[in-house]
Amino acid sequence: MTSYLSLLAPAAPEIVLLALVSIVLVADLFIDDSRRMTTYFLSQLTLLITLLVLVAAPHGGPVYTFHNMYVDDTLGRALKGLVLVAVSLVFAYSKTYAEQRDMLKGELFTLMLFSTLGMMVLISANHFLTLYLGLELLALCQYALVAMQRDSARASEAAMKYFVLGALASGLLLYGMSMIYGATGGQLGLQAVAQALAAPGVDHGLAAVGTVFIVAGLAFKLGVVPFHMWIPDVYEGAPTVMTLFVGTAPKIAGVAFFVRMLGEGLAPLSHDWQQMLVIMAVLSMALGNITAIAQTNIKRMLAYSTISHMGFVLLGILAASQQGYAAATYYSVAYTLMGLAAFGMILLLSRAGFEAENLDDFKGLNRRSPWFAFVMLLVMISMAGIPPSVGFFAKLSVLRAALDAGFTWLVVVAVLLSLVGAFYYLRVIKLMYMDEPVDQAPIEGDLDLRVLLSLNGLAVLLFGVLPQPLLALFDHAIVQSLR
Amino acid sequence: MTSTPYLSLSIWVPIIAGLLVLALGSGNRAPLARALALAGSIAGFLVTIPLYTGFDPALATMQFSEYASWIPAFHVNYHLGIDGISLWFVLLNSFMTILVVLAGWEVIEDRPAQYLAAFLIMSGLINGVFASLDAILFYVFFEAMLIPMFIIIGVWGGPRRVYAALKFFLYTLLGSLLMLAAFIYMFLKAGNSFEILGFHALQMPLHVQELIFVALFMSFAVKVPMWPVHTWLPDAHVEAPTGGSVILAAITLKIGAYGFLRFNLPIAPDAAHALAPVMITLSLIAVVYIGLVALVQSDMKKLVAYSSISHMGFVTLGFFVFNPLGIEGGLLQMISHGFVSGAMFLCIGVLYDRMHSRRIADYGGVANTMPKFAAFFMLFAMANAGLPGTSGFIGEFLVTLGALQANFWYAFLAATTLIFGAAYTLWMYKRVVFGDIANASVRALTDIGMREFAFLAILAACVLAMGIYPKPFTEPMHASVNKLIQQTMLKKI
Repeated sequence: MTSYLSLLAPAAPEIVLLALVSIVLVADLFIDDSRRMTTYFLSQLTLLITLLVLVAAPHGGPVYTFHNMYVDDTLGRALKGLVLVAVSLVFAYSKTYAEQRDMLKGELFTLMLFSTLGMMVLISANHFLTLYLGLELLALCQYALVAMQRDSARASEAAMKYFVLGALASGLLLYGMSMIYGATGGQLGLQAVAQALAAPGVDHGLAAVGTVFIVAGLAFKLGVVPFHMWIPDVYEGAPTVMTLFVGTAPKIAGVAFFVRMLGEGLAPLSHDWQQMLVIMAVLSMALGNITAIAQTNIKRMLAYSTISHMGFVLLGILAASQQGYAAATYYSVAYTLMGLAAFGMILLLSRAGFEAENLDDFKGLNRRSPWFAFVMLLVMISMAGIPPSVGFFAKLSVLRAALDAGFTWLVVVAVLLSLVGAFYYLRVIKLMYMDEPVDQAPIEGDLDLRVLLSLNGLAVLLFGVLPQPLLALFDHAIVQSLR
Repeated sequence: MTSTPYLSLSIWVPIIAGLLVLALGSGNRAPLARALALAGSIAGFLVTIPLYTGFDPALATMQFSEYASWIPAFHVNYHLGIDGISLWFVLLNSFMTILVVLAGWEVIEDRPAQYLAAFLIMSGLINGVFASLDAILFYVFFEAMLIPMFIIIGVWGGPRRVYAALKFFLYTLLGSLLMLAAFIYMFLKAGNSFEILGFHALQMPLHVQELIFVALFMSFAVKVPMWPVHTWLPDAHVEAPTGGSVILAAITLKIGAYGFLRFNLPIAPDAAHALAPVMITLSLIAVVYIGLVALVQSDMKKLVAYSSISHMGFVTLGFFVFNPLGIEGGLLQMISHGFVSGAMFLCIGVLYDRMHSRRIADYGGVANTMPKFAAFFMLFAMANAGLPGTSGFIGEFLVTLGALQANFWYAFLAATTLIFGAAYTLWMYKRVVFGDIANASVRALTDIGMREFAFLAILAACVLAMGIYPKPFTEPMHASVNKLIQQTMLKKI
């Protein structure tokens, strides 16, 4: 019995989360619409308890469990902790907006919590099947979330696109996995696959084709060119709270997935996937940044901006070094922080019957609220990669990793494209500071939203002035996980 | 390291003062904001005075060094220090900030707290640029500085301010991103270190040096600005409010030239020698061609903006003839230009505040209604033209001498600036100040008040002092300039 418990212990946070979500699910049945806030508090409590379990659990080096299908390591813990914090912020930012739009249902919270569970499984997965399990749990909940406003044609269309393309990506991924399975003589565990692929006599051609499918599937999930088509439509079409959710925390999980899959399982094939990643990174940075300039809808603009940021993440991964993986994970965390603040700002400016979706809605924000204009300024300079902000150090670390791996020209292309990117972020600053407001309504928003959003914005600055703790954390975590 | 961290103070005092102004002075508490900003800028200048008094001119090494680990994961350190080259710019910058605060005193009515805070924060960041000895620290200050300037131009500027602000930002960012790539490359070469002084010792083959030189050049040439990447400057100057123009001309242009001395020459000396003909050509084009362009301007600010480009061409010419006269002359020209161009923009600001026009044609006979102002303006115009006895003369003379040592024709072409400079400045002065009173609004002008008198008099004193007795200005430079010359003569291939 004790041995069985010790087997479960590394997955304790996930087990606790699952148990608590189930309780929330049932409890919500007995709560009517007028007291829906109870569900909100229960959900926040769920996240808090899970976080406490995560922090409190004893921890040494990586612990493998369930026949090496699952791993509990520093990388996983750090990312899971950040995902939990991010989701908690999503809840806090969303509740008023959702309430005003009649979306404050129990499903909102339970679906988000289940997909959080998916993210955690994904982050800790050490086996192709666990990876797939986590990914599908995450994705299915997200399809439903995007479609939640079922009377909205736009949202339904977005959900449909998301679902069809997402299912296709999952198919590609599975197909690729099956080829690797064949090439390695029946291995699915990440370390076992790596060993088998490194051994002499492996069918390299088959493994390479499998890698192509896997990378394509991964790229779909992360939304990098040429597998990015769903991103702008989903970001724009989904209700903003869903965009906030889809566009932030899952990126952390997605990058963890990428890092574990390529950095650990398919590491022996790095020469094959590096070339693919180079092309995808350049295309993502170029298309994302250039197309974003033409957007007038801020959600769509941020969607293209995400594509370009994911291009930068790939820049770190394609370095295929520990430094590169650490840089990529750091970038994903930095991006999540910025994304939360940016979408949170849209939620703050929206109110009952009004969606602050257009860039013009940001006009003259400095006159309406100098403080939140400043917060948005911080977020925008961070996205543009201008110091002192977390975005700058994220860019610096991926550029350093890519340069160290010998991709000099790629780094030059990347910095030139980030100049293109700077333009549309600056345009937001321009709208806020240099134009007259069209919308004169005072900035409302609950106290907790305002406080958290302010802290979120300041964190972007703080981690830009003192980036050491996070950087060191990921350097350490990657060294430990991908020996 | 027990001594007072004056450099840190010179960076953080203005920034903290700026944040205080922002926090306490918003809304309708403008008088408080102004008082706080003035106190902050004066305090910011006072803490830089010990840098001059305590500076040892015999040493070529970095003084007032401060060192602390900042981001061990990147091997980035908070490493500050100044030598005879950077000393003057820290002082100049802190000094000009006071004048800028005074110049915007009553003139800026729209959100004065944000305006003043932006200047104070920028002042601290600029000091950081000049004092950084770590490349990433330098880069952080270098870039962060753009944001307040972007907002200053874009919010308080003229009619086409948004265009000008965006152009300014994107031009500068293009250069600095390439510089960042060069920094990372050298970081890896130098064995994981961002120390600027460590970069100086790197051995690199010529083609690598040339690439590094070009990447750094892109960044600094835009800042200087050198022909042909100068086009942002007239736009930015014309649209910026007076204070913005002053800081742009007096300080931020110097960052580009400073960058050449701190980075290009010592890091890539062989490339600098190989590319010197190109650099000299670009400098001479700036001196001669832009001088001619200045001649035909009908907007006073644009005229002074072009004159700045032409003067900065002199500076870069002095740097790339590789002799002490040229480099010291260039440095003096930079300091002098800081005073003179700042003063010119302040003078134009004085007129603009009254008439709301910068067109030369709208003026005429100002001397009749504003005699005190006309006297000051005369002095600064003369200094801009490089009249002996004013600060403008020293630098131009030394650079011309330095150029003469290198090549007669360099000196010949450079010396034409003495003619063109006099032509465009004095012709403008004549059209604006002399003659009969041109129209009713000139007749209605009132002469300068106490506040305006104060800042113009201070600048006039500086211009004359430097022109008559430049030794205190040159003395701290010698050792550092000689060391720099040695570095540029070193073969690093």
